[in-house]
Amino acid sequence: MKIIVPVSDNTDDSNVDPSLSRAPYYMVYDSETGASESISNSAKDSPSGAGVKAAQTIVDAGAEVLLTVRCGDRAYNVLNGAGIKIMSASPGKAKDNIDAYLKGNLSELDTIHEGHHHGAN
Amino acid sequence: MKGITTGQIKMNIAVLSGKGGTGKTMVSVNLARITVPSVYVDCDVEEPNGHLYFKPEDVVCEEVSVLVPKSDPDKCNGCRECVRFCRFNALVFSLDRLTVFNDMCHSCGGCSVICPQEAITEYPRTIGHLELGRSGDVYVRTGIMNIGEVAGSPIISRLLDVNTSPKKGITFIDCPPGSSCMVMESIKDADFCLLVTEPTIFGTHNLKMVVELVTEFDKPFGVILNKTVEGEADPSEEYCLENHIPIIGRIPFDRELSNLSSEAKIASEESVRFENLFQSILDNISEMV
Repeated sequence: MKIIVPVSDNTDDSNVDPSLSRAPYYMVYDSETGASESISNSAKDSPSGAGVKAAQTIVDAGAEVLLTVRCGDRAYNVLNGAGIKIMSASPGKAKDNIDAYLKGNLSELDTIHEGHHHGAN
Repeated sequence: MKGITTGQIKMNIAVLSGKGGTGKTMVSVNLARITVPSVYVDCDVEEPNGHLYFKPEDVVCEEVSVLVPKSDPDKCNGCRECVRFCRFNALVFSLDRLTVFNDMCHSCGGCSVICPQEAITEYPRTIGHLELGRSGDVYVRTGIMNIGEVAGSPIISRLLDVNTSPKKGITFIDCPPGSSCMVMESIKDADFCLLVTEPTIFGTHNLKMVVELVTEFDKPFGVILNKTVEGEADPSEEYCLENHIPIIGRIPFDRELSNLSSEAKIASEESVRFENLFQSILDNISEMV
């Protein structure tokens, strides 16, 4: 099972990034092998639609679970539609959040914000 | 330019402000009323209200739609060329099918052109409508965006293109507040921009933003100071004087004017005092164009 977390840098020790779509990297953790890799987020500088583009990256990474502090409505539609579980992460180390999830200590993200829709005009 | 007040020439005057509530509609409506034949175009498609003053008759409605893409799942092979192409990130490919976020699509049509499988076609999606009517010799055009829509520019574009105008006369374009794409769309064919402001810090701040905008568009412009109070500091006036921006008119903070406006009456129709005031504003514009 692949678990994905938006992170602030591309190290194993990285913190969770508070923004799902503007995080510079995603940590992809494979629970079968225990290995993690980092992928860069091409959506982070998008003038508009970053949530949608980030969701595409997450779907393409083959993630089954997303640990995130926040999630906008459009990204939620894509991720939820793809059957990805969205769990509520806490600020701090990404690895600590992954451990917490594996131990069953994270709950589902229950607030989806309306997004920061720019540039649609 | 002579003839501006007698309907002898054809030109577009855009009225804008940056901040909402400074008096764009009040100014546009009054100017359109005293320069017949004229056209009043309400580009504030999120909340048009000029029609409340004019109460136009013989109103004809016209739907406005934009083209959005759809993908034929039998033809799509999931190559994602379209997803990569879309700079507005309106497309997502997931679970073997393409999803389109219609409200993010700018109708460029690029995805349908670039698709190697020719799987993408476009179809019209209604986003609002126009109401075209007349109030005496004022041709009144109103753009109305559907609730839930976010992009009004296509409605404004259609509103300015539609030809219901008299052969001569001035078109007054009542712009949306702000300095966004919708305002740019509204002023793009303007021959003159009238900037309405008020004596508040917020009013002055947003006046500066629209001054920047009209300067960028290389439009001749002038300012109307609205809600002025004799003997009180006016940050907008100070800004204009410091930057040598022409002040075309001053509209006093006036109980009678606000009462008339709140009853959806056109002040220049009700009182000679206001008719003269707006006439002097027109005269000043005619000296500048």
